[in-house]
Amino acid sequence: MANRLTKLDEEKVFKDPVHRYIHVKDGLIWELIGTAEFQRLRRIKQLGTTYLTFHGAEHSRFGHSLGVYEITRRIIDVFDDHPHWDPDERLLCLCSALLHDVGHGPFSHSFEKVFDTDHELFTRDIILGDTEINAVLKKVDPAFPKKVAEVIGKTYENKLVVSLISSQIDADRMDYLLRDAYFTGVSYGQFDLERIWRVMRPRDDQVVIKHSGMHAVEDYIMSRYQMYWQVYFHPVTRSAEVILSKILHRAKALYKAGYNFEHQPLPLLPLFNGKLSLEDFLRLDEAVFLFYFQIWQQEDDAILSDLCSRFVNRRLFKYIEFSPNTNFNLYSDLREAFKDADIDPEYYLSVDSSSDLPYDFYRPGEEEERLPIHLLMPGGGLRELSRESAVVEAISGKKRTDHKLYFPKDFITDLSINKAAKEKIRKLLKFEGGSGHA
Amino acid sequence: MLEDHAKLVSLFKQAGVVVGRKKLQKIIYILKKMDMPFQEKYHFHFYGPYSEELTLRVEELCNLGFINEVKEDKGGYHQYRYTLTGDGETFLSHFDVILPECDSLITDLNEQNSKFLELVSTILYFDDLTKDDIIAKVQVVKKKQNYSEEDILQAFRYIETLQQAKQVN
Repeated sequence: MANRLTKLDEEKVFKDPVHRYIHVKDGLIWELIGTAEFQRLRRIKQLGTTYLTFHGAEHSRFGHSLGVYEITRRIIDVFDDHPHWDPDERLLCLCSALLHDVGHGPFSHSFEKVFDTDHELFTRDIILGDTEINAVLKKVDPAFPKKVAEVIGKTYENKLVVSLISSQIDADRMDYLLRDAYFTGVSYGQFDLERIWRVMRPRDDQVVIKHSGMHAVEDYIMSRYQMYWQVYFHPVTRSAEVILSKILHRAKALYKAGYNFEHQPLPLLPLFNGKLSLEDFLRLDEAVFLFYFQIWQQEDDAILSDLCSRFVNRRLFKYIEFSPNTNFNLYSDLREAFKDADIDPEYYLSVDSSSDLPYDFYRPGEEEERLPIHLLMPGGGLRELSRESAVVEAISGKKRTDHKLYFPKDFITDLSINKAAKEKIRKLLKFEGGSGHA
Repeated sequence: MLEDHAKLVSLFKQAGVVVGRKKLQKIIYILKKMDMPFQEKYHFHFYGPYSEELTLRVEELCNLGFINEVKEDKGGYHQYRYTLTGDGETFLSHFDVILPECDSLITDLNEQNSKFLELVSTILYFDDLTKDDIIAKVQVVKKKQNYSEEDILQAFRYIETLQQAKQVN
């Protein structure tokens, strides 16, 4: 396969803050980057609403996708001389790495939750459908798009190829951890990427790590752990996500109820009525959503207008730690008190759990849930990482869940109307004007 | 609030004891495919359909004390046993019926072994393909499990009975 593909006359490079340079030698990769569907990723932020917490986090899925491609390219260079590696899979790996996120929508996480969509299905549709990406991939072979879709969908027959793009130590995670750390500006999240790819080895149907590289992998696992708690699970970002979800719910509910929007949100209507075609989907990006959030501030509907104003102007909900096992009645009482205070609890009282977030911790894969990270021992055997590393074992056993209750503190502290009900809410939340984070 | 958690707790109430994380993953996936209203998102992984969201939600339920998790040493590996707790019962009492009556379906699934459920859920994952294509796909993605043709046909028959039961209900 590889011989039938054109190499560029001159290597192209992208300057990149994480990898310094991203090198493109294959004409096919260059053409894929130039497609409309791939360029759309410039308009989808990698970390959604995180920029409202860490202002630097404006980086896009475009940069991340190039980064995953670059890491994969460098790993394959290391694999080239190994007997388990089939060099004919090179281009398939590179295309899959580049395109693995191409089906993400704007503010992907909230978008998928509210409209019940799945970016993996859109990725598949973009690769197999009537798109520029499909036309480019078909130049390799009419069956090539299907293979790329299978690698990304993790159903391709060569599991080694799949594990490069998607496993517990894959090019995707390695890029997003380093990239997200860089753009958020946090000092944790660092690990020695080059050391890791130099100790990666193809072994039957998975990528394993030479035992001598264990400490580099420990750093990677620590980075994952730190980034989850410090960045991905950040309570302020979660507050922004809560408001974003509520805006989308409210807009959809208004549409369903026949509300007359001052500006009809034409590009969003297929979403609201559940008939979103691939063409409709590809028209959506974050600029479209932010445009409507901006103009909906002037809508007659007080809830939609207020929620949009909160999002656009970063007047986020506050939160308290919430334990559903000891505080369940508190939630019911609060709902009633919110209603008494004329604050709709459907939109202004929300419990957010760690399982609502789209990130995962390292898991040792007991009972064949997910394939764990395996170390290649000096004798040639394999050992699961946490059985060798005390550091990883300690992190694997840690409690990793939490629940927070979000609410608009400014509504509750304004006692000019519904004073009695709001005082009850304050009492239930146990704050005297000063408590409540964010 | 926490309706999705409550659905899982309700499953443990109906199932009694669930032995094995893999079995739990596959049971919920199959129930989803039978139109039970679980919201956990699944993707295909090395061992078939898997939901990280479900894993974390179960961990939350354990940390809240609604489900009891016992880790059992099985020699070469660990196995986890799940049961509903009294706090879990109390939590559930705050909700109206959140899962349609499906005791017999859950019991039936719970009586199967996890390797068979892995096969059934994998077949269901590819249910947009023709039967022949599904068989070919299963033999590719589950090469290591070494399922025989009879195993695969048995899984198809099992799915048929599940679908018939779904129509009756």
